[in-house]
Amino acid sequence: MAKSVAPALEPTQPPARQTYASVSDRIADLVLKRRSRWPWFLGFTLALLCMLAFCVACAVLFWKGPGIWGVNIPVAWGYAIGNFVWWIGIGHAGTFISAILLLLRQHWRTSINRFAEAMTLFAAGIAGIFPVLHLGRPWFFYWLLPYPNVMELWPQWRSPLVWDIFAISTYLIVSLLFWYIGLIPDLATLRDRAKTRGRQIVYGLFALGWRGEARHWARHQSAYLLIAGLATPLVVSVHSVVSLDFAIGNTPGYHSTIFPPYFVAGALFSGFAMVLTLAIPLRHFFRLHDLITLQHLENAAKVLLATGWLVAYGYLCEIFMAYYSGDRFEMYVVKDRLAGPYAPVYWALLVCNVLVPQVLWWRKARRNVALLFVLSLVVNMGMWMERFLIVVSSLHRDFLPSSWGMFHPTGWDWTHLIGSIGTFALLFLLFVRFLPAISIYEIREQLHEQRKEGA
Amino acid sequence: MHDRKYDAGADDLDAFAQERRRVLKLMAAAAAMAGGACSGPPPEKIVPYVDTPEQSLPGKPLFYATATRLSGYGTGVLVEANEGRPTKVEGNPLHPASLGATDVFSQAAVLQLWDPARSQTPLRDGRVATWDEFLLDTENGLRELDASRGDGLFVLTGAVCSPTLQSQLEALHSRYPGMRWHQYDPLHRDNELRGSELAFGRAVDTRYSFDRARVVLSLDADVVSAAPHSVRYAHDLASLRRPHADRMSRLYALESFPGLIGARADHRVALPPADIERFAFRLGRDLGVAPAVVGDSPAPSFEKALVDDLLAAGAAALVLPGPAMPPRVHALVHAINHRLGGQGQTFEHTPPVAFKPVANVESIRTLADAMRAGRVRMLVILEGNPVYDAPADLEFAARLRTVARSVHLSAYADETSAYCRWHLPRVHEFEQWSDVRAFDGTASIVQPIIAPLYGGHSAHELLNVLLRSGAAAHDTVRGVWQRTFGNTDQDERWRTALRDGVIANTRAAAVTLAPELAESIFSNPPPPVDLAINFVADQSVRDGEFANNAWLQELPRSMSKLTWDNAAYVSPSTAARLKIASGDEVELRRAGRTVRAGVWVLPNHADDCVTVPLGYGRTRAGPVGDGIGFDAYRLRTLDAPWHGSVELIRTGAQRLLVTTQHHSRMEGRDLVRTATLAQFARNPQFATDEEIEKVPEHTLYPDRPYDGYKWGMAIDLNACIGCNACTIACQAENNIPVVGKEQVLRGREMHWIRVDRYFHDHDSGVDFQPVPCMHCEHAPCEEVCPVGATVHDSQGLNVQVYNRCVGTRFCSNNCPYKVRRFNFLQYVDRTQESLKALRNPDVTVRERGVMEKCSYCIQRIQRGRIEAERLGRKLRDGEVVTACQAACPAQAISFGDLNDPGSAVRAAKASPRNYALLAELNTRPRTTYLARVINPRPDDTEE
Repeated sequence: MAKSVAPALEPTQPPARQTYASVSDRIADLVLKRRSRWPWFLGFTLALLCMLAFCVACAVLFWKGPGIWGVNIPVAWGYAIGNFVWWIGIGHAGTFISAILLLLRQHWRTSINRFAEAMTLFAAGIAGIFPVLHLGRPWFFYWLLPYPNVMELWPQWRSPLVWDIFAISTYLIVSLLFWYIGLIPDLATLRDRAKTRGRQIVYGLFALGWRGEARHWARHQSAYLLIAGLATPLVVSVHSVVSLDFAIGNTPGYHSTIFPPYFVAGALFSGFAMVLTLAIPLRHFFRLHDLITLQHLENAAKVLLATGWLVAYGYLCEIFMAYYSGDRFEMYVVKDRLAGPYAPVYWALLVCNVLVPQVLWWRKARRNVALLFVLSLVVNMGMWMERFLIVVSSLHRDFLPSSWGMFHPTGWDWTHLIGSIGTFALLFLLFVRFLPAISIYEIREQLHEQRKEGA
Repeated sequence: MHDRKYDAGADDLDAFAQERRRVLKLMAAAAAMAGGACSGPPPEKIVPYVDTPEQSLPGKPLFYATATRLSGYGTGVLVEANEGRPTKVEGNPLHPASLGATDVFSQAAVLQLWDPARSQTPLRDGRVATWDEFLLDTENGLRELDASRGDGLFVLTGAVCSPTLQSQLEALHSRYPGMRWHQYDPLHRDNELRGSELAFGRAVDTRYSFDRARVVLSLDADVVSAAPHSVRYAHDLASLRRPHADRMSRLYALESFPGLIGARADHRVALPPADIERFAFRLGRDLGVAPAVVGDSPAPSFEKALVDDLLAAGAAALVLPGPAMPPRVHALVHAINHRLGGQGQTFEHTPPVAFKPVANVESIRTLADAMRAGRVRMLVILEGNPVYDAPADLEFAARLRTVARSVHLSAYADETSAYCRWHLPRVHEFEQWSDVRAFDGTASIVQPIIAPLYGGHSAHELLNVLLRSGAAAHDTVRGVWQRTFGNTDQDERWRTALRDGVIANTRAAAVTLAPELAESIFSNPPPPVDLAINFVADQSVRDGEFANNAWLQELPRSMSKLTWDNAAYVSPSTAARLKIASGDEVELRRAGRTVRAGVWVLPNHADDCVTVPLGYGRTRAGPVGDGIGFDAYRLRTLDAPWHGSVELIRTGAQRLLVTTQHHSRMEGRDLVRTATLAQFARNPQFATDEEIEKVPEHTLYPDRPYDGYKWGMAIDLNACIGCNACTIACQAENNIPVVGKEQVLRGREMHWIRVDRYFHDHDSGVDFQPVPCMHCEHAPCEEVCPVGATVHDSQGLNVQVYNRCVGTRFCSNNCPYKVRRFNFLQYVDRTQESLKALRNPDVTVRERGVMEKCSYCIQRIQRGRIEAERLGRKLRDGEVVTACQAACPAQAISFGDLNDPGSAVRAAKASPRNYALLAELNTRPRTTYLARVINPRPDDTEE
């Protein structure tokens, strides 16, 4: 082995020995035939416990109020908003992979788009919960929606929180549609292969009568492309709007024009990290090494490296602009981040998001699966710290030193964070057991094209 | 039933036996009452008014003139009653100790009234009993006393400034010549009394006219803080602190613990107590009234400037001795003041306002001795809590236990009640007929605003029992004044007294005196102390009397901004020397006694000195005040009522001390702008000229016209003394909940107007800055609220619509002044009935999840507008007064209509000192500040 020549670029395409049927078998059997093993049950139990903890935390929160968290005056926003931004960011990679890479005809996306979309959907769904949990009176969350009412009151349109509602709900709907439309042919495959009556009915219902007719395929493809076109601007818009929650505010550390692109870059960065976090175990436990190849991982790692630099540019730009502007409040925020009470978080995030990803310049590192997995976790952590820092450290020392304070998270803060991760994991574990984690028809299509090229 | 503990009283048992049937009846009644207390009020028919009570109009508050008491002395107040419920206290403009303003204690009096933890029933040996039982028992005791002509009858009070109480005590004494009357108040004025005896050979009170004093030196005399005269003195002092080139006074302060007057001083030095005394000696020598003393000056440059200034000012100079300074310093200061020639101008002497003042420490010691000797057969404690606050080495509790018949009249069943045979609930000031003199002698009638909530009796009623008089308190009080008023216009004068809250011509007349000092008093200078202890009254709970008052507990102390606690305060350099830091627990040891305390390192504190505020470590204060802080009384012995030496040992443990302001420096931001008088004369526009960043001229938002009223506020930072009266007045007016220590720790205090305190970076100066809502014309909070819960109204008010608020808290994030307060949890107590009665019916009670903030007292504006519209005219300046403005003793706050060319607020804003906080953000705040001008000696400021 050691003597062998450097391998040629490993294919991101399915191996040629696969046939249409074998692809279908490979993927559909994961759902229909393969019995769940202990790692899955272990993961499921843990995730379920976390989800239950999340439910308990929410119940306590609704009963007592946001005072169970560490939020205060001046730091009126805490983990809830940080978690919201983080989850929304994670969602981004799915849409990016599905829509933009589809439009750009990056075929290697085929193996990873399905679970990346699921990831988007789950992450965005969880993200959508947090702003509601965050409210002092969550039962009135619908007052942010424009609905006709006897009070003749509309939302206050100047508030970015109202824009947020639209951005997030649009994003959720489009992501769901995109994911579902992509699933339809595969649901039909599952329906056809299911052995039990119950499964046949459930998959059949969701397959919407798909028969694989040419007309079906034609309409499916145009619908899929259209939705991809719709989803594409959302990749940019959602996180831009989320960033406006901060940028519109006058708080030093929030009030910054770089925020929209900076947030989008951060979102892709954390999203691709999460794709790796999910792809590596998926590939390992379901033995999908031939479908999700090292080349897929390497490509994701390259995107990670690139977006990592965009994020680093954002960090640099913030520091530069603070001093370039000469605004003493902005300058103080920078000083506070570098040397204030939250400085350890800042330096840790620089290590996680800027320093550590630089190993990806080495090809060996990009192809070291264990290292990539650890790195993806590090980046996820780093991005969470970034969200935390933006939300908390800007608020904790703003204009009047008399009002300066500290945010100390409580047990409930951590429960909500860990519980949300558990909920996400739970949804994902259910997804890999009940739906094809890799798009069957797209792999088949790719196989077809590969043969055409080969012929 | 018969407690063997009371062996000495065993012979009463016969009396009991004789009236067995009656006792059984009373017991049945007591049982019924005890049961009744748990099942709500006794059934009574509720009937509508047949005739409307006089002047009562539902929805319209009535104000009654009465007085609150502090250390026995009165302050005139007007109590607002809504449908018969006292809800708010305002100062009485006619009263000399108030002039319309109040201190924090008067503001908190309503909470004290409605406090559900107040004692609600007499207790006999700690068990529920009845007033009738008490009468019976006392009657037995009195019979014995009749036989002995009062031998063995002891009465303990504080300072007696009530003419009625005085006459009752006199009557009691004539009936029982053997009676002994003792006085004890832990915040006694023994030094002042002894000092006047040293100087004049007799007890006199000295009152000051700060409005005529051009140079004032305070020798650890924080006259504007927590004393009965503080409100008036703060007012007078502020009147000469307006920056006029030739009319601004100069303040010098020497202090151990940084106080309010030191914060306002133009020159200030922090010294341990012994050094202040030594300094006073040197000053006496410098001014030629004391013999030469050895030793260096503790503050040489300060001393030289001061002496020059004092001599130059002559009769317009004034030296103030602190209550903790030893008698000889008081005597010396009398000599200095007389030497400077200010008698009749800056100060005057009067016969003591209090009835027969005595040295309290000596008095309580004699009482303890009598108890030890078994001479006390009946002890009646009309006021105070000596078991808790008497000098520690008296072992007062152990002595009290041996007294057969002890009666304690107090608002709470406290530490002393636990050691007395009888505890009787005392009625609140607002539930009784009484009278009281102010610090200058002016008398007021104390009239009830509400019937006693829990039964209870006043000191007058208790003394009537001892006098076997059946008179009601009202008749007793009225009877006393009948004698004063004479027969002409009797009723009219009584009614006038009730209406005005002051009785005309009762101010104590001045006497002209000349001091004579014996040289011997200077013979032994104070010994040097390695580490001095300095006992002070706590700014909020004073001697512990207000320990169960949550408003006061949560009120941040002016200097440390600590809440809910006392601490052992030390200076930064002493902390470094002793290797301790804020939050460390230390053991304080003196005279074989120890106490464990949390340390708080306080800039501007004197070195080599530990200040311990009294009033904490209570065990029977009530649910609010129990078990917090440490009990400094346990170190306070007969020989060291205020100062002594102490040892301090770190225990290694930590104490959780919570503050509302974590950062005390301005970080180079121009938040509080200050100039010297000379700089101000050169450039009156200094406040805006030196603005670090200019105010932008352009804005994206349209300017809105405000054609009707246009409310605005100006806060004069030169006048503000940082006393917190505004904060607590706002709390009372606006139904602001208390959140508790744990929530303050989390940064969730709810005060709508806070007083920011900044220590200077380069000198020992301190700035105070009250910060209410700025009511920005371009309010950043309004732009970001997604539901429009905070909006602007046509008068330019930034209003918060509680019902619409969903609690995103974006408004608070976007508020550069951080004046918004959020109900993170359910802070308002929705269950406690008596606290419901306390609330202002004009202000919404906020629930959890809702943002709130200063509204410029919109309910007062609306009330005023409605009234004006009814009369068909516009509001006049001064008709709407915010709660903070009304309470402020220094009149630092002006508020009114900016469209009214004659309004005071417009005049204030026209001052060249006017500036807006963070104006560069272009928020256009309606609340602005008048920059501070200090008046140090010119040669000190040449740069």
